[in-house]
Amino acid sequence: MPQSRTLSRRTFLASLAAAGASSVLRPASAAAHPVAAAAAPGPFLTRPIPSTGEKLPLVGLGSWITFNVGDDMAARDSCAEVLRAFFQEGGRLIDSSPMYGSSQEVIGYGIHKLNNPPQLFSADKVWISSGARGPEQVEESRRHWGVAHFDLLQVHNLMSWEEHLPKLFAMKAAGRLRYVGVTTSDGRRHDDMERIMRSQPVDFVQFSYNVLDREVEERLLPLARDRRIAVICNRPLRRGDLIRRVERSPLPAWAAEIDCGNWAQILLKFIVSHPAVSCAIPATSRADHVRENVGASYGRLPDEAMRRRIVAHVEKL
Amino acid sequence: MSEWWTYTLRDFLLFSPRTYYRLFEIYNAAIWPAQIVAFGLGLTILALLRRATATRARLIAAILAGCWLWVAIAFHATRYATINTAGVYFAWGFGLEAALLIWTGVVRGRLAFERPADLASHAGLWIFLFALAIEPLVGPVLGREWRQVEIFGVAPDPTAVATLGILLLVTGRGRRMLMIIPAIWCAITGATLLAMKAPDAWIPPLAALLAVWLTVRQWRAARRIGRVESSEDARAASP
Repeated sequence: MPQSRTLSRRTFLASLAAAGASSVLRPASAAAHPVAAAAAPGPFLTRPIPSTGEKLPLVGLGSWITFNVGDDMAARDSCAEVLRAFFQEGGRLIDSSPMYGSSQEVIGYGIHKLNNPPQLFSADKVWISSGARGPEQVEESRRHWGVAHFDLLQVHNLMSWEEHLPKLFAMKAAGRLRYVGVTTSDGRRHDDMERIMRSQPVDFVQFSYNVLDREVEERLLPLARDRRIAVICNRPLRRGDLIRRVERSPLPAWAAEIDCGNWAQILLKFIVSHPAVSCAIPATSRADHVRENVGASYGRLPDEAMRRRIVAHVEKL
Repeated sequence: MSEWWTYTLRDFLLFSPRTYYRLFEIYNAAIWPAQIVAFGLGLTILALLRRATATRARLIAAILAGCWLWVAIAFHATRYATINTAGVYFAWGFGLEAALLIWTGVVRGRLAFERPADLASHAGLWIFLFALAIEPLVGPVLGREWRQVEIFGVAPDPTAVATLGILLLVTGRGRRMLMIIPAIWCAITGATLLAMKAPDAWIPPLAALLAVWLTVRQWRAARRIGRVESSEDARAASP
């Protein structure tokens, strides 16, 4: 990852949160951490999950590629440090999938090493064509994480969703799961996603949304708001491509107006400033980057005019 | 898989380049000094090729089969499968190639070697020498660590490339079937390396393409000779 992402967030100012997001006191663990405390003086922003009102920080943590390190113990320890930094900054939601190789085991290793942080919001997926084997896969995933139960289970890429969703709803009804969702990525199967959002009582949907991929603004995001469904945005930095695209350019002066100290925060704040978005889930293998990413949960968010300005600026780069 | 046309090679990459090359680093440390033994087996094949009798040909096939089996178990099943869900299937593929080498080359003795005489066999010898001595150096030359070196006999890519080279030296039937799995692996690993934007991604696919092209060329030439010989036989037999 580029070094330009490591700019200080010294420009953070105490400020009001944008509409839709509520500010809370800094997490105690973050305040206790000298680096985190120095990096993010603004208010910490959360947004309620529409179906329950439970508040989630605006930035979560993805694990696609970055946490698939196999049995490499040095890399596992490094991932545990990423988790430590994530929780210290106030992060909660971690997202994974059986599709992500060893990522679930590595997350399990990390949260065990950190003594199972109580603020963890565990989000995983079911990814198997056979509906009958879904519960078996969920149980295996749960063992990898080492949690008593998942907070959120999603049908990955809508695979066999007709078979999996009833089982997930049954788990939720039995108290073995708190939320149910469906996912897609890279703009695929939006028609199916819309149909599910209209017909199924899902709590969460997950799809790709970033400053350059904004198709979901047309139908899915307004629909999520209407249907009171929480939205998790994947590919927020296009797997680092967006950072590589913008990093050669100096940080715009207007970045200070939305309390951003680096490009990652501008790109993430663009996403989470959409009122229908619950959180973005950038993935990283570096503790300093996770601090920067979660830093987008602090301070002022862009208003509509600033959002348009961000789009125009990035599209020109 | 719906909307398959929207997927790119990168969508199938489950791990980072750093994780991939660290895998070799950890693997090399765990199996040391098997690399020296494997390199020695490569040199042994080279020595056996100088005057390859039927017994020596069986020995070459046995050595190659041992290398494929080792890679199947020690690399694919034990290591690669931890970061790639397809690793188990790759292990079965490499195991199958080992079984085919044993069956074709050792049990049935269908692999016969001759001193390089045509373009295909000369190229085969050079491909084998490349896989044995040059390919392991490519990574370090490109800036990767020496500890991540990939060596014939213990790492999949040079083992597949070297096998294709040796099979080009084979006369007789059976070799084409033995080329299928190494060629498929070269395509798979080439796609993986390409998705990781590795500058040496072209090496295995190029070796496979060269081996396949030379085999087809040799086969066509043999068919032409066969047709000429049969027409001359027919002329001689006519009154």
